[in-house]
Amino acid sequence: MLASLYLVPPTRIEPKTSEKLSFNMSETATHAADSHHGFAHPMPVWQLLAVFFALIALTILTVAQSTWELGSSELVVSLIIATVKASLVILFFMHMIHDKPLNAILFLGSFIFVALFLGFTLMDAAAYRDSIEFKKVEVVTTAE
Amino acid sequence: MSNTTITPDAVHAEHGHEDHGHGHHPFQAHHFDDTQQQYDAGKLGIWLFLVTEVLFFSGMFCAYALYRARNPEVFTFASQFLNANLGAFNTCVLLFSSLTMAWAVRCAQLRQRFGLVLNLAITIGCAALFLGVKAVEYTHKWDMHLLPAGYYIPQFTQTAHHAGVSPWLYRLCAIPAVMLVAFAVWFVMTKIKGEKRHSEIAGSMLFSAALFFVGVGVGVGFQNAEAAAHAAHDDGNHEASAHADDSGHASAEHAHAEDSHAHAAQGEHHESVADSYAMASTEPATGSSTATLVPGAPTLDMVDQPGGAGIFFSIYYCMTGVHAIHILAGMGVLTWLLVRATRNEFDEEYFGPVDYVGLYWHIVDLIWIYLFPLLYLIK
Amino acid sequence: MSAVATTKPTHSHEDADNFLYNSKGFLSWALTLDHKRIGLMYLVGVMSAFLLGGILAMILRTELLTPDKLFLTNQQYNQVFTLHGAVMVFLFIIPSIPAALGNFLVPVMLGAKDVAFPRLNLSSFYLWVTGAIFFLIAMLYTGLDTGWTFYTPYSTDSNGPVIAATLGVFILGFSSIFTGLNFIVTINTMRPPGMTWFRMPLFLWATYATSIIQVLATPVLGITVLLLAAEKVLKIGIFDPDYNGDPVTYQHFFWFYSHPAVYIMILPGMGVISELMSVHSHKAIFGYRFIAYSSIAIALFGFLVWGHHMFTSGMADVTTIIFSALTFTVSIPSAIKVFNWLATMYKGTVQINTAMSYALTFIFLFTIGGLTGLWLGALSTDRPLHDTYFVVAHFHYVMMGGTLVSFLAGLFHWWPKMTGKMFSETYGMISCLFVFVGFNLTFLPQFVLGSRGMPRRYARYLPEFQELHQLSTIGVYVLGLGLFIALGVLIHSMLRGRKAPPNPWGGATLEWQCASPPPFYNFAHPPTVNDPYNYKPLVYRDETLGWEYVAPQAPTVPQLENEPVKAH
Repeated sequence: MLASLYLVPPTRIEPKTSEKLSFNMSETATHAADSHHGFAHPMPVWQLLAVFFALIALTILTVAQSTWELGSSELVVSLIIATVKASLVILFFMHMIHDKPLNAILFLGSFIFVALFLGFTLMDAAAYRDSIEFKKVEVVTTAE
Repeated sequence: MSNTTITPDAVHAEHGHEDHGHGHHPFQAHHFDDTQQQYDAGKLGIWLFLVTEVLFFSGMFCAYALYRARNPEVFTFASQFLNANLGAFNTCVLLFSSLTMAWAVRCAQLRQRFGLVLNLAITIGCAALFLGVKAVEYTHKWDMHLLPAGYYIPQFTQTAHHAGVSPWLYRLCAIPAVMLVAFAVWFVMTKIKGEKRHSEIAGSMLFSAALFFVGVGVGVGFQNAEAAAHAAHDDGNHEASAHADDSGHASAEHAHAEDSHAHAAQGEHHESVADSYAMASTEPATGSSTATLVPGAPTLDMVDQPGGAGIFFSIYYCMTGVHAIHILAGMGVLTWLLVRATRNEFDEEYFGPVDYVGLYWHIVDLIWIYLFPLLYLIK
Repeated sequence: MSAVATTKPTHSHEDADNFLYNSKGFLSWALTLDHKRIGLMYLVGVMSAFLLGGILAMILRTELLTPDKLFLTNQQYNQVFTLHGAVMVFLFIIPSIPAALGNFLVPVMLGAKDVAFPRLNLSSFYLWVTGAIFFLIAMLYTGLDTGWTFYTPYSTDSNGPVIAATLGVFILGFSSIFTGLNFIVTINTMRPPGMTWFRMPLFLWATYATSIIQVLATPVLGITVLLLAAEKVLKIGIFDPDYNGDPVTYQHFFWFYSHPAVYIMILPGMGVISELMSVHSHKAIFGYRFIAYSSIAIALFGFLVWGHHMFTSGMADVTTIIFSALTFTVSIPSAIKVFNWLATMYKGTVQINTAMSYALTFIFLFTIGGLTGLWLGALSTDRPLHDTYFVVAHFHYVMMGGTLVSFLAGLFHWWPKMTGKMFSETYGMISCLFVFVGFNLTFLPQFVLGSRGMPRRYARYLPEFQELHQLSTIGVYVLGLGLFIALGVLIHSMLRGRKAPPNPWGGATLEWQCASPPPFYNFAHPPTVNDPYNYKPLVYRDETLGWEYVAPQAPTVPQLENEPVKAH
């Protein structure tokens, strides 16, 4: 509905609905076929429940795996389980599967910057780690 | 392409915020063309906000990774002091609240007013439940002097767990208690006056405040069971092994000097526990020199680490504390949604606010999904 | 807010219609949701902050007239330079162009009625005010002496109001995030038909790139200062070496924000210059896409180079080498911009007026600032130059010669649009001359001082440096005079200036198609979205003293040439 963009003039002309133009052409082009009210995508209840029970199952799994002897891969396994859970939440509870690609790219892209931040900082810390001398901590007395 | 140069919807300003009858949704802002554009803008905005949240938390994850890489043994040691049962319980609570939140969005889209109000109320209630459990966890650690690095007093076993209720917990519960009473009064008054909508709100609030105390009860129950298990352990009753998921405690338990367990059940304060050691943990200056302590206890080596376990608790408090602040903020906006939901303001064209708050709520859950294994389940 | 919704439905171009006068009273400004009014309020705010920071700079330079104490003790000197740095960075430079000019211009240039979230926009302004008050009270109360960077262990050991100041920074950070978020959403979702990405004026590209940095980097500053406050209160031992914390990590955290923040400061300035170069040369911008992409490239590369602030801080050798190498990548998109600006002027009809004089000053100063940055980015030369006056001179050339001068250029360029008044070109150009001379007189000697080993942040110095220091101090007085003349010119124009035509410079971007100042909802008639740098259809008319489109066709919206429209 491009016309209503601008401030107004003396007369009113009702727009023909067929002339509605998607406001943001480049990005809503894929939505062009949608009807005007078509942007709500209610999640089916079974999907919500399935995701929830999957999440609970994975929580049980991650608690269980903490008792297994996995050695150094323990952290990796628990992070993989957490990431699977996070993906379920993002895809279904957060509706990313119905969302625009741009939003998904933005959100997932932010992890690139997180990786950059953590990567450089940790790499540096690991590299100068041996040059650090730890001092014994003096514990501050609490009020008691 | 339209050649219309004249905008049809007259001077918006002329109408103020009123709905002026040609197809505009009452909650469509004037600078947007239609509700879809408004929704898309809001959606992009909230995703961007989530991006800032991710980067905000990344700082603490960075600190976590840094210190865990540097002192893995400190993390293994200190993580035993966290109650994995409570962590798992809280994880489930948050997951359930995510379910109800997602369901609330669905209800908003389908104009199911009752479902929306109910789901929002449950979501707020779960948040309160979570905080109730968290309150128990925090106060329990304060009792044990498991504090950030600068105030940390070394613990030599994890048996400083104690039964009973921390005095800190009473103080922390004061505000929720006042709120509980206030909501109860409000609820009764609305019932008497017959204000249906207000009683819905007041009832939801009352329900949430009550759930906080349910959380406190659950937390204290778990802690007491834990302490009882430690005490019982001495008698050869391996009740503790029932906590199959609580490996950190279970394994550490076996490693510890036996006599200390007896104190666990009776000790209200850490002093009573600490007395059983060679060193009183209230003498801070000795905190770094651990050589004299409890000869033979395997955890000694772990304690005798540079920096001690305080850094773990620093990170624990920062991460869970900031997370808890997000929960509180979430409860605030959810309450705002609840009030709007009782006014029946959402429909298939205008459910943006529910959706946006939902996204925020899910990311709070998402962060907890990572915090739980990273903090509670270190072995 | 109801205050802004009281426009009379008039469609004349009279005062009653424009955004300055369409509603009256204090509340109509304080509670306005109009992006133009918020922009103006930001403008007043950042200029007040600049005045404060500038006065502090003069105090510092005056103290440095003599090698020994003139009137400030060492501690007072520390407090004054901290206050100068913090006020300039957090209160002036970061919000200057994006929040003040950006708020005014982004929706108008885009052809939208307002930003996507007007209430968020207003709250961003009030967060700025809150942060500023917080910050200033904190610092004036006892004086902060840590430097604007709050490095640990200075900040953890300092008795100054570090907690209050960091909370102030936290709040200002949110103000910045909200502005950036708003612009990204506005540019993504509120472009009118015909306004494709590659028809957007380059200022919008620059603002978009800036907003990306604001959204991605500022949260890390937030958590950094929050952890620092926690460090002071709870002694968490993450940054504080007293508890086995790691101060180098603090610097990583801090610069992960603050280096990209350097591009928050300079990118909008580059956007302003891209507009001015084209408009005042009456020639299409050279290499539009290169300038547009280079803005995005700078924003992204800006995240890869923060370590070059830390070469001498105890970072591991391997990391310093990587960061040094990466630092040079940023010079590529910056150089692309400078070459394209120069190429735009080539064979153009260059109009030397106040705005253009400032823009040319920018190019000169920014080039010096940028090139000296290479010396500091190179590991070998940075070792001796680190923490000397060379660094001070370098970043003042970029921050002040770059951001401040482009801010002034943009301010003069869009002043007629904002206020509807023309200013005195003669005095405007005189102010530019003073600024140019004063600036170079202030900071060129500092390059020499630095290369001779004068360390920064010192209140006292060896007598052999006195002449250069005095030269620098004289320069700052000239610079200050120039800035006061500029302020006078602007104030005079508001009182006595003649009425501005809609398009005094012959710009082809959308803001020049609406009245000066713009009406409440920006456009009395739908603007024609066209090539933003096509000046051919514009002619100068003596009657109006402004530029108009020849043969103004009945405006069809949008006018899309050779592009099929995806209507449905």
